[in-house]
Amino acid sequence: MPPIRVEIDGTAYEDDVEPRLLLVHYLRDRLGKVGTPIGCDTSNCGACTVLLDGLSAKSCAVLAVQADGRDVTTIEGLGVPGTGREHPMQRAFHEEHALQCGYCTPGMIMAAIDLLRENADPSADEIRQGLEGNLCRCTGYQNIVRAVRRASADMRQGAAQAQDAVQGRERGAAS
Amino acid sequence: MSAPATEGPAPEIGSPRRRSEDARLVTGRTRWTDNLQPAGTLHVAYLRSPYAHAAIARVDAGRARDRPGVVAVFTGADLAAEQGGLPCAWPVTEDMKHPDHPPMAVTEVRYVGEPVACVVARDRYAAVDALEDVDVDYTALPAVVDMEEALAEGADLVHAGLGTNRSYTWVYKNGDLDAAIRDAPVVLERRYVQQRLIPTAMEPRAVLCVPEGDDFTLYSATQIPHILRLMLATVTEIPEHRIRVVAPDVGGGFGSKLQVYGEEVLALLLARRLGHPVKWTESRSEGNMTVHHGRDQIQRLTLGADRDGRIRGLKVDLLADMGAYLMLVTPGVPLLGAFMFNGIYKMDAYSFTCSGVFTTKTPTDAYRGAGRPEATFGIERLMDELAAELGLDPIEVRRRNWITRDEFPYETVSGLTYDSGDYEAATDKALELFGYDALRAEQAERRGRRDPVQLGLGVSTFTEMCGLAPSRVLGSLAYGAGGWEYASVRMLPSGKVEVVTGASAHGQGHETAWAQIAADRLGVPFDDVKVLHGDTAVAHKGMDTYGSRSLAVGGMALYSACDKVVDKARTIAAHLLEAAEQDLEFAGGRFSVRGVRDEGTTIQEVAQATFTAHDLPDGIEPTLDSDATFDPDNFSFPHGTHLCAAEVDTETGMVRLRSYVAVDDVGKVVNPMIVEGQVHGGLAQGIAQALYEEAVYDAEGNLTTTTMADYLVPSAADLPEFTTDRTETPATSNALGVKGVGEAGTIASTPAVVNAIVDALRPFGVKDVPMPCTPERVWRAVRDGTGPDGPGSTGGAR
Repeated sequence: MPPIRVEIDGTAYEDDVEPRLLLVHYLRDRLGKVGTPIGCDTSNCGACTVLLDGLSAKSCAVLAVQADGRDVTTIEGLGVPGTGREHPMQRAFHEEHALQCGYCTPGMIMAAIDLLRENADPSADEIRQGLEGNLCRCTGYQNIVRAVRRASADMRQGAAQAQDAVQGRERGAAS
Repeated sequence: MSAPATEGPAPEIGSPRRRSEDARLVTGRTRWTDNLQPAGTLHVAYLRSPYAHAAIARVDAGRARDRPGVVAVFTGADLAAEQGGLPCAWPVTEDMKHPDHPPMAVTEVRYVGEPVACVVARDRYAAVDALEDVDVDYTALPAVVDMEEALAEGADLVHAGLGTNRSYTWVYKNGDLDAAIRDAPVVLERRYVQQRLIPTAMEPRAVLCVPEGDDFTLYSATQIPHILRLMLATVTEIPEHRIRVVAPDVGGGFGSKLQVYGEEVLALLLARRLGHPVKWTESRSEGNMTVHHGRDQIQRLTLGADRDGRIRGLKVDLLADMGAYLMLVTPGVPLLGAFMFNGIYKMDAYSFTCSGVFTTKTPTDAYRGAGRPEATFGIERLMDELAAELGLDPIEVRRRNWITRDEFPYETVSGLTYDSGDYEAATDKALELFGYDALRAEQAERRGRRDPVQLGLGVSTFTEMCGLAPSRVLGSLAYGAGGWEYASVRMLPSGKVEVVTGASAHGQGHETAWAQIAADRLGVPFDDVKVLHGDTAVAHKGMDTYGSRSLAVGGMALYSACDKVVDKARTIAAHLLEAAEQDLEFAGGRFSVRGVRDEGTTIQEVAQATFTAHDLPDGIEPTLDSDATFDPDNFSFPHGTHLCAAEVDTETGMVRLRSYVAVDDVGKVVNPMIVEGQVHGGLAQGIAQALYEEAVYDAEGNLTTTTMADYLVPSAADLPEFTTDRTETPATSNALGVKGVGEAGTIASTPAVVNAIVDALRPFGVKDVPMPCTPERVWRAVRDGTGPDGPGSTGGAR
């Protein structure tokens, strides 16, 4: 069985795995990282979406061996519950009631984060097109669109404030 | 100037409180059944029939047993003596044909996907691998796919021993329908097909059974832990008190997890045999074949009306596909429609006949709406047809027939008493939000210039029956249980509150809404309330969650349990305050003596005093807990007006929903944010039936839509932005005034969409487009139309 080394949510894992083992089964069954759920077996639903080297990937369509040497972020690595240090996308999903049963939510949040990486300020239509690969059966998507819009605004505002702070420090240092 | 000190916090009921459930769901700290993995857990995989109908000559599992990692292999024959039969709790007629339904097939399979053997192994890959070494000799038997052919003389039989494919025929009649139709100046006859649907909760089914001596804890992705526990005890003869059922986080149900599945029974039996925890999690492809399906009816409808559009009578003749077996409430689902085909309309005569038909397909059962969407589709399509026949506006035809706001309570022709409603208000609001008149003008303009993209406006003025259900009504319908719900309130020593509910949420937000109710009734902060559910060891009884019943029935049980706690706390508070009980006021969680400027004492302080029990009145037990059970007197009847504008490309058949307005009246609202979310999700599922989804079987009885690539659950890109609003006519059947909202959107939206498509194509002579209204079907309808603009006509301009 081939050895792999994968960095997942900030922790390095080294394991020998069957070549056919799916990344999502590696996460769930071997590592107990069950925050990433499985919704289908044809890579249609997107519930298992994670970030692979920062880009969204359906972890049911990736072999564990393909993750060798790479960096994986799952929903569990985004924010720590109860600490107020959630990712803006997690907070936006909560505030906009963008989840009901919550089963699609981890994948939806990861896909939405990747969507904003590509397009920091998407329109409602762009969000709908961009999340086409992630299915939700509960919400009718309207509040998901709202949540992504809200996260987009919050993240852009956060980025602007961070930039102001940096410039402020630079000005302070120059004077 | 400061605000008066007597003002309490804003009421929780009615506030859009963000959900308590979300914290774990948005961070992946969830408890889905498949997440649970006690030490020593064995994994189960099922070998399933590739035939729609076949006799099992022999199952040889020898080679599979020898594979590495395999612990055991069981065939139906191995388990025949102990597996019992899966239950049907609703024998709708005395002579209903109810065939045996073994959890694992023993001698015959009757649908593709029926389990014939299982492998138990140390991991899920090993279990699935070993399935290929189980050899089954099948002798193919004729598939029975079409309901009408199934009832023909000499048809092949699904269950040879029954001598017929008809399970039952159920009839309801009121008034002289023959006379009403015979003399009517306008008679419409229509045949509508409700296609078969796959509920598709995002979480696939999963079950884990942990043996603990003589006891068993069964974790399942189920909507009905309490009903499941009782049924498992009945089927397996393991005593009820030896079985604990836990529904942990459950990822949606929509009716599909309102079931007692063979895999749940078998998990119990395998855990008992092997003495180890056993777990089974289905794949989506497996689930599409074996989770019960929904809808699947052929409706023959006859409506008689006067020239002014007033309905005289309605005749409903249904065939309902049961699939291969009767499951938990399979035969009863279409009969819920018997009470809804008359919709919101007045008429003197009505008849409803439904025959349940066996086919060699996956069994059907409840799917969001369960009988009411089918009925609402029938009547709302007919109302648009009647309007077209008479050249009236579809809103006007409805106004001439609906129950007016001053006629409530109203006893309908199907025997229900609608307690309240205001169809005028909901419709007026919807028309305004929609911009109805402007859209009609645009429609006329597009028709005038023969725009290839035509505009259609679809109307659906619906009602539904929720709050299942008054137990005596269920009894009169031969249903096997009551319709009450249970709640308890426990005041903890610190003054915090635990609420236990017998309803079992799987996405609805009970943990938030129930805390809102308890916070208001007890006068404690929202954050001081924790809601527990979904575990028979925690909520020892309950009737679970389905039929938009949780709030109208379970919320009322909680309301009543809270009042009992307050009553008891009042006795203790009076003692502590050295006052007479009748002199105490209770407001904002505080007992105070009327007319005395004193702080009084809070119910949370009373809880603490009750815990220490140092100074309680004589004869008072040191506990501030209560139980309550609520059995409703009547159903509740949400209603609303939904309007859909569809652009239909007559050259490609493509349909685009341009706008959708839903004005719902669900009575009083505990959490408007949750209500709006329920409406959105319901709309998505109803629209999906109209446009996208269908479980398709070929002539040999093979399901051809086994994956999400074939069964088209809509994505965000496939749905429009909805405009939602509410009117509020409180239910009079419960003190909260609530009605239920879980299914409303699904019930209302399917006919609104199809009505819009047909309305767009009226100039082409189109009177119907079968669902789902795919581009090909729409294009064919246009091509085959016989209207003045249709190519099939000779009188048109083209």
